[in-house]
Amino acid sequence: MDKYVEMIRIRFLMMLAYRTNYYTGILIYSINIGAYYFLWQAIYGGKEQIQGLSVTQMTTYVAISWMARAFYFNNLDREMAMEIMEGKVAVELIRPYNYLGMKTMQGLGEGIFRLFFFSLPGLVIVYFIFPIQFTWDLRVWSLFAFSTFLSFFINTQLNLLTGITTFFLFNNAGLIRAKRVIIDLFSGLLLPISFFPESVQSIMKFLPFQGISYVPSMIFTQAFTHREAMTAIGQQFFWVIILILPIQLLWYIAKKQLVIQGG
Amino acid sequence: MFYVSMFFQYISQYVKTRLQYRADLLVEFLSDLLSQAINLIFILVVFGHTDLLGGWSRDEIIFIYGFFLVPYAVFSAFFNIWDFNERYIVKGELDRILTRPIHSLFQIILERIELESLLGAVTGIAVMIYGGSQLGLTLSWYDPFLFIVFVIGGALVYGGIFVMLACISFWADAKTSIIPMMYNISNYGRYPVNIYNKLIRFVLTWILPFAFVGVYPASFFLGKKEWYWYSFLTPAIGIAFFSLSIILWNQGVKKYRGAGN
Repeated sequence: MDKYVEMIRIRFLMMLAYRTNYYTGILIYSINIGAYYFLWQAIYGGKEQIQGLSVTQMTTYVAISWMARAFYFNNLDREMAMEIMEGKVAVELIRPYNYLGMKTMQGLGEGIFRLFFFSLPGLVIVYFIFPIQFTWDLRVWSLFAFSTFLSFFINTQLNLLTGITTFFLFNNAGLIRAKRVIIDLFSGLLLPISFFPESVQSIMKFLPFQGISYVPSMIFTQAFTHREAMTAIGQQFFWVIILILPIQLLWYIAKKQLVIQGG
Repeated sequence: MFYVSMFFQYISQYVKTRLQYRADLLVEFLSDLLSQAINLIFILVVFGHTDLLGGWSRDEIIFIYGFFLVPYAVFSAFFNIWDFNERYIVKGELDRILTRPIHSLFQIILERIELESLLGAVTGIAVMIYGGSQLGLTLSWYDPFLFIVFVIGGALVYGGIFVMLACISFWADAKTSIIPMMYNISNYGRYPVNIYNKLIRFVLTWILPFAFVGVYPASFFLGKKEWYWYSFLTPAIGIAFFSLSIILWNQGVKKYRGAGN
């Protein structure tokens, strides 16, 4: 266990060394939030509510989902693809840790770094620029925190899954890109799942994507009742467990057929 | 003449190398199509809840998005200079470029060409045809010509801005994240500018004129008379920004001292 905690720490320190990159990052996220803020203002026009969300709730939704993204987002799939293509994965495999577990911990270290140096200052800035409504209800915050933590795992698991496919496809840059745009739309980052037509919604219920962004953001904007929030978190938890299966299976097959060239 | 023949030689070489890895090319096409589809889905879903967006209908917004894709595709095919700093300045590759007999910027454009991005133009035109037929737009004999002029104007706006950003590396060594930021700002140009506040509208028109890539030229074809003036300004803005970027570039090259080694 110690070595995994150490992994989190090392990644955290590594990110800390390059922190200047993150100041522009905050700006980029603010620009994105701004674009969607104006867009939603126009979409609402004079309407009070759409799908049970008011304009202020929508603005809060947009802001919080981008800020939460800073925490759960990582490029583990691309990192893995690089390591596999360059053959570095051979060295990783003989090291005394679980490769996938170690990757997850690195992602977590990155996430914790961005939480403190990106999301929190970003949230303060966004709070002063846009008309956002924060709740000071500690229960909502703790549910939100727990739900975001689970989003991190779902997102990371999908990244690991995409990363592992490099073993079979050799070059999966296209797949990685495709996965990213799909997650942006179907996770609820760009627009709440409740805005989709009923038929699409019923399909998405059976997919893990909405656990990434929609659930925590809806909890934060208090568009979910306490009961709905608990069920949603339960579903997230369910997906975290379920996704372990295909990962372990693919990982097992990949290790069997792995051929390292040179070294 | 020499430049034209260089251009075609590079293109024929490029086509040969890309066709070596066809599967790769196909995946790239598909993932491009997917991200365009996602943007369209977004528009469709949003208009499930509203009829007008700042006075623009669903099909008009779709038409604008379709138009935007065309100059954007031309830009991505020919101005692939977002990693200019790392690739040419830090690694000292620019030394090699400067020994070549053609203009340094043209040489870099040729080396970094990415013709497959032009597929986006096909998607864009298809989207425009869909949006246009829904709106019942009719084509006049001059429309195709103006379309080409506006597309070139829009692509030059994009090219000018990104060349100028690349020029920053001549003066400042540090790696900046301005370029990804600019890609995000450019997304603002896909929607009608009148939904933004005055300041952003001003910036999108005169400082980072991304509105000239999407809304402004597209409004001409949509018959939005109040924006005609801006539509016809598109080529002028494109030429102005691109010329400015070339002047900056030439100044920068003079200042370039090499990376040592």
